[in-house]
Amino acid sequence: MFDSLSERLDAVFRKLTGRGKLSEADVETGLREVRLALLEADVNYKVARDFIARIRERAVGAEVMESLTPGQQLVKIVHDELVVLLGTERAPLTYAPAPPTVVVLAGLQGSGKTTTAAKLALHVRREGHRPLLVSTDVRRPAAMEQIEVLARSLSLPSFAPRGTLPVEIARRSPEEARRVNADVILLDTAGRLQVETELLQELRSIVDAVPARHLILVLDAMTGQQAVAVTTAFQETVPLTGAVLSKTDGDARGGAALSLRAVTQIPIQFVGTGEKLTDLEVFYPDRIASRILGMGDVMSLIEKAQEHVDVEQAQDMEKRLRQGRLTLTDFMDQLRQIKKMGPLEGLIGMLPGAGRIKDLAGAMPSDGQLRQMEAIILSMTPLERERPELIDGSRRRRIARGAGTDLASVNRLLKGFNQMQQMMKQMGKGRGKGTRGLPIDPAQLLR
Amino acid sequence: MNAPPEDQPASARPGFWRRFSQNLEAGRRAYVADLKEVFGRPAIDPTFWDDLEATLLAADTGVAVATRAVERLRQEAAGAHLRTPADALAHLKGILGAEMAPRPRSLNLDGRPAVVLVVGVNGSGKTTTIGKLAFWLRRQGRRPLLAAADTYRAAAIDQLRALAQRAQVEVVAHQPGADPGAVAFDAVQAALARGADVVLVDTAGRLHTRADLMEELRKVRRVLQRLDPNAPQEVLAVLDAHVGQNSARQVKVFAEAIGLTGLAVAKLDGTARAGVVLGIEEELGVPTKLVGIGEGLEDLDAFDPSEYLDALLRMEAT
Repeated sequence: MFDSLSERLDAVFRKLTGRGKLSEADVETGLREVRLALLEADVNYKVARDFIARIRERAVGAEVMESLTPGQQLVKIVHDELVVLLGTERAPLTYAPAPPTVVVLAGLQGSGKTTTAAKLALHVRREGHRPLLVSTDVRRPAAMEQIEVLARSLSLPSFAPRGTLPVEIARRSPEEARRVNADVILLDTAGRLQVETELLQELRSIVDAVPARHLILVLDAMTGQQAVAVTTAFQETVPLTGAVLSKTDGDARGGAALSLRAVTQIPIQFVGTGEKLTDLEVFYPDRIASRILGMGDVMSLIEKAQEHVDVEQAQDMEKRLRQGRLTLTDFMDQLRQIKKMGPLEGLIGMLPGAGRIKDLAGAMPSDGQLRQMEAIILSMTPLERERPELIDGSRRRRIARGAGTDLASVNRLLKGFNQMQQMMKQMGKGRGKGTRGLPIDPAQLLR
Repeated sequence: MNAPPEDQPASARPGFWRRFSQNLEAGRRAYVADLKEVFGRPAIDPTFWDDLEATLLAADTGVAVATRAVERLRQEAAGAHLRTPADALAHLKGILGAEMAPRPRSLNLDGRPAVVLVVGVNGSGKTTTIGKLAFWLRRQGRRPLLAAADTYRAAAIDQLRALAQRAQVEVVAHQPGADPGAVAFDAVQAALARGADVVLVDTAGRLHTRADLMEELRKVRRVLQRLDPNAPQEVLAVLDAHVGQNSARQVKVFAEAIGLTGLAVAKLDGTARAGVVLGIEEELGVPTKLVGIGEGLEDLDAFDPSEYLDALLRMEAT
């Protein structure tokens, strides 16, 4: 998400920062392009209009025009305003002092409520709590089966009684939570087409029936101009406390996120970043603002690395790298660590200047390619992994067969590995610069 | 569920398109108020053009279409003797109508059986649309059969089964996690054996950015072509009317990956106006063929550009 918005803004800013002085006409042109970028990103047109007006007000003042680097000043103003728009504080999921903590999920049809409920359940469990998944969606065919299947896959309890009114299910859920010893209730509701007053009323009565601590709106990140109307309609019905933005792993430019905050003031708490139930991330508004402006989100990247990379293993490897003793086993460990951190595109998006190096994403191996490399290495004997020079034509054929791939793929991997080893030796001599963190550039292997 | 009148298409029944332009809730009210403010004023004043552009943007037409339409309207204003905003409104419909140049919009169902592959991103409304489409086809005297090739999402197969039961059509399904191509293959075989003449293939929702999942769709198509080189006769992408400019991206990527023959716009209602289809038709040449308004099984019909534009720009409260 946000990548192409970031790309567009970057192009605008580069034009502006490239020069010493800015005329008012320059600023006007710049602002027009920023507005265009926002609209193409599906930012609500009223939000975009107000946003530009605020920036113009500050930009034509002395603050920018008289500074030595007017272009950079302007970028800074846009950044500040973006942060204001997105909110500055992150809003974590808090727990009720007297359990159960009730979390109600509302949203339009197909926004991803049920999947988000399961993802939140996993998140809650990781924080040391015991969630219960509840479905009050008696409307959509098989919605209740869906929540049961999801709960089962997480080995969590679910509560989806058939033939019961949604309000009744909600009312009975605390009792059920006590029965199964759960302290957090994640309550999924039926999707709404928004125009249906009847269903909004049902949501109201559900909220009245349980003491909800959180009332979370699930919004599709790809939502267009309607994001505002949709959110407002929900907010007029029930007191929303937060939002989850779903499907941010596509190439949505994230305008809905900006509009949502601007109009409703409710915080975005999480973003859904993939189909797997672990694909839910905490939303940090300031980091996202930086990411949109191509300044990168190094904090998240570091945290991600810390979360997934085994420090001891990494230090051990660094030592061996310096000595130029890299083996295919090390290489596979690296691949696995990269895989654990999630899709590479997501990681690249966090780097500064991501808009500009986005082409790199195409050169990076896909998850499938990573799996294939892993399969090839796993098809080697331990000896072959330690001493790749042993691998001759006959061994290569065997490995290709074992990995279910062709000879060319095996050759490519070995050749790439060889080149990398050479490079590492060079670098080791050059005082080991660049060997920190993830020393291997998987993109190399594909060339 | 109320039994719908069997003898007329949904759009002939009172309220189908009206529902789209109905004044039901806050969002719609605001939009109608905007329309009235723009077109209801006595004369074309200096802010008219900007306000008009904003109105189009609010309907998700996107910047390109909105700017282009307003520019043309402006240029032609003098020549066409457009004096009042009301004149301009009529002329604008003509301009937008041109964006939706006549394209074949009926479904190509020449095949024994004809295969309709339904694709789209997660939550766009594929499964529901298939249920509605099955019902719609049955009412036209066809014998549809559903293929539950969404073997990924939890309980997707159960959902399709429930819809099929309501629409009174049969389903071919495998276990969750089964190969979607195999399900599609079996469904076509079953259709041949049981005399069904249209196979509607439900696929798992996938974000268009997932190259691996696009490959999976290509595989489904290859499998279908093994049985009939002309299959699938239709590849429909289902778009959620609430989605903005990303819909154009989706259509572009799906079209490049497997080729699209048309679009079905789901969840069109008072607020979600899916203006993005105007740009999609113009730039990508993929016609909108079906439209779903409302939640009932009977709430699907053929897409009619002029009805759509009328509804899009209708100012009256009903």
